[in-house]
Amino acid sequence: MKSGRFWAWVVFILGAAYFFIPLIATVEFSMRMRRGAYSFDAYQIVLGDARFQATFMYSVIAAVFTIILGVLIVVPAAYWIRLRLPQLRPIVEFITLLPLVIPAIVIVFGYIRMYGSNSPLPFLANDTATNALLVIGYATLSLPYMYRAVDTGLRTIDVRTLTEAAQILGAGWSTIITRVILPNVLIAVLSGAFLTFAIVIGEFTMASLLNRPAFGPYLQNIGANRAYEPAALAIIAFAITWGCMSLIQILSRFAPKSANRPN
Amino acid sequence: MTDLSLSNQAIAGKTAPPSEARALRLPTQWIGVAPFFIFALMFLILPTLYLMLGAFQNDAGEFTLENIVALAQPSIVAAYWISIKVSLASALIGAFAGLAIAIAIVRGGLPEWIRSATLTFSGVASNFAGVPLAFAFLATLGRLGLATVLLNTLFGLNIYAHGFNILSFWGLTLTYVYFQIPLMVVIITPAIDGLKKEWGEAAATLGATTAQYWRMVVIPVIWPSFLGTVILLFANAFGAIATAYALTGSSLNIVPILLYAQIRGDVLHNAHLGYAIAFGMIVITGLANVFYIWFRTRSERWLK
Repeated sequence: MKSGRFWAWVVFILGAAYFFIPLIATVEFSMRMRRGAYSFDAYQIVLGDARFQATFMYSVIAAVFTIILGVLIVVPAAYWIRLRLPQLRPIVEFITLLPLVIPAIVIVFGYIRMYGSNSPLPFLANDTATNALLVIGYATLSLPYMYRAVDTGLRTIDVRTLTEAAQILGAGWSTIITRVILPNVLIAVLSGAFLTFAIVIGEFTMASLLNRPAFGPYLQNIGANRAYEPAALAIIAFAITWGCMSLIQILSRFAPKSANRPN
Repeated sequence: MTDLSLSNQAIAGKTAPPSEARALRLPTQWIGVAPFFIFALMFLILPTLYLMLGAFQNDAGEFTLENIVALAQPSIVAAYWISIKVSLASALIGAFAGLAIAIAIVRGGLPEWIRSATLTFSGVASNFAGVPLAFAFLATLGRLGLATVLLNTLFGLNIYAHGFNILSFWGLTLTYVYFQIPLMVVIITPAIDGLKKEWGEAAATLGATTAQYWRMVVIPVIWPSFLGTVILLFANAFGAIATAYALTGSSLNIVPILLYAQIRGDVLHNAHLGYAIAFGMIVITGLANVFYIWFRTRSERWLK
């Protein structure tokens, strides 16, 4: 057992080294901009760059719309499947896994060819429609995470009893979903939302191929043209991912722990 | 005749109200899931099918296998081959390293905070991919990266003089491992938690040594979820483009980068060849996931 613990420490320290050295190196590199002294110049330049602000805001807004669209699609479907159509569950689970099977580049390639300017649904005809298509693409990418989060949340509440109670009190379907079900799975929905945010904020493939002024293509552009700013941007991106994951962890402490129903 | 059937229906309706009620409710049954299915059909299934059909058509829209045959040209085969190599190498390295870390934090007798810190960090690192990850590795193992410089000044080891290059097969593999290991840790830790203490006690009671316990109990139980996760990691790396593109530009010709160039500028001078490349990618990740599901169902028998 003693040798077991020794090897556990060895593995852990090797792993920690592999994961922390790049982070330390990136921080160090990002501060090397001024000759002979460490400074935050690279961060100042990046944060002051108008294109940084514009593309970052663009991606934040895209992420927010992605989350709204994802919730609108996933929550009613997951709720309805738990309540009325459990036989559809395997099909829906299979579909929500497809974005992990079909690479993002293939999905967006399909969009470009199917919804081009000459098609019946010309998403690429103008900027607004293309922005919408980007949000749709992001919602597709986040489908596996959003569905799993919401379904886990629904599992911890008694969907049937809550619905029946609301119906007895005279609530319609929209009232039931927005005022009974959604507040009960809000924490799960928010977990899915933050994960979606983390995925969408720096996404490169779809934004680049749809020619959108998003944060991902901006990052790539800076990487190809500058020396120290990319390292600063990497640290900023890591901090954003870290922030999203911490929020999910904090939220999970508020989530109901026990399932009322076995299913 | 009409009269008769009408009255029959009326009678049937009166005697069997439940069926009538069901018939009335049928359309509303689907309203809740309709947005989901319409969305999935329009923006996930149909675009993919469109490409897959396009792979078997020529410019005139006739059925042909020419595009698939054209995939056999050396540059495309080389792209598939390097993609498969990078994905497989990063999946295997990530899987074994991730498994070792998961076993260490679950079974190694390390303090509890290490376990929770590792799992939290894994959650972050498995999502830290794309362009910023490329920047981090350029800052580490690029020509002026910290690790490169330190290895040179401290140990006199110039890794670039020894043939290492971040813009190469090993450079890309080492970078992909950064999100592959944490993903493995996140997925496999529950499987190792699922190893029941009783099994170890039962094995010990029956006189098994630690080595026998690992060889005859632990490995057979973990094996399916391990293999399943390796395949998931493979598919994960195979479709990734942003990291590779930001790291190597187009100097390392992996399939997603080839497809990216084809979509942007028809570098292959044949639109339908692009469809065929996409089709090939779907076939490879699809096959990988069929195996994944198969292994997953096998492993679920034990880990309840």
